[in-house]
Amino acid sequence: MTDRREWPLWEVFVRSRRGLNHVHAGSLHAPDAEMALRNARDVYTRRQEGVSLWVVPAASITASSPDEKDSFFEPAGDKIYRHPTFYDVPDGVEHL
Amino acid sequence: MSRQPTNDSAHDSAHRYALALGDDALVMAQRMGEWIASAPQIEEDIALGNLALDQLGQARTLLSYAGSLSEPLRTEDDLAYLRDAADFRNVLLVERPWGPGRPDFGVAMARLLVLSTYQWLLYDGLRSSTDATLAAIAAKAVKEVDYHRDHARLWVLRLGDGTEESHLRMQAAVDAEWPYVEELFDNSFVHPALLDEGVAVDPTSLRAALLDRLDSVLAEATLELPDVTPAEAGGRRGEHTDHLTELLADMQGLARTHQGATW
Repeated sequence: MTDRREWPLWEVFVRSRRGLNHVHAGSLHAPDAEMALRNARDVYTRRQEGVSLWVVPAASITASSPDEKDSFFEPAGDKIYRHPTFYDVPDGVEHL
Repeated sequence: MSRQPTNDSAHDSAHRYALALGDDALVMAQRMGEWIASAPQIEEDIALGNLALDQLGQARTLLSYAGSLSEPLRTEDDLAYLRDAADFRNVLLVERPWGPGRPDFGVAMARLLVLSTYQWLLYDGLRSSTDATLAAIAAKAVKEVDYHRDHARLWVLRLGDGTEESHLRMQAAVDAEWPYVEELFDNSFVHPALLDEGVAVDPTSLRAALLDRLDSVLAEATLELPDVTPAEAGGRRGEHTDHLTELLADMQGLARTHQGATW
């Protein structure tokens, strides 16, 4: 058996016809970016899911760690003053 | 041809033309389907499956049209499932297996490159056919085969200009497919009246453009243009290899055993 190295993993982002931004759709393997884009077309847009595609090497993504979940996200939990709910909107301001 | 064809023979000419183009697509679809679950990666399984379905879709519209022009009328299923090998008009390029031994992915990409480039040129010309149905079929199909061409080209470039082994294997694949390129220019199945009336595209008129495009992909892929003798090929006259008989046994078995069955 010859050496069958795995192709690198790519993350796929699809912008739907009515969508304003690209949304993560999933991942796939491909030997390079050009082929990754084509594989993404075949795997993730075969039912007209999108009009634009991004592929990103999965290795290029730096992700937050589950271990850091508490220190990263919990502190925001009780900072209700960060929500814009404490401002009185004067009458007559239509476009805020 | 000095004699104006009667309406019947005009129908018959168009029938035979659509039949041959439809058979190319049908047989390619069936062969290409063999890659599903056998390609190097699951992503390629899906890509080749999509592509086989594109070819099947083209075959369905072309055979439906061919059947509507025949006397008595025949459906796409009649034509796909109830004809024997000698009644098929596809080129030999598409009917042969993917290699003498195990299916060879390089052979698949070489063949796909040849066929899709040919179909792309053909459908591009057929878009302006005076036959509205053929023009509409071609307008849809040309975008599909443009993608097939791109897919094949990218793989031929990567395998040809890849490792030493991939280069040797891609060259062997190209050498195996090239004897069957010449048959694509056989215009014996195209009635001259169809050309005069602007219904059909003359396959011989695609020759320079096809060879030029294939040459440029091979050159970019650092592959040698094979110096081969064209194969004896009479697919357009119904002279096929035993491989087509085997392919049809597989494709038609169910439909012939349970005629008229639906699901």
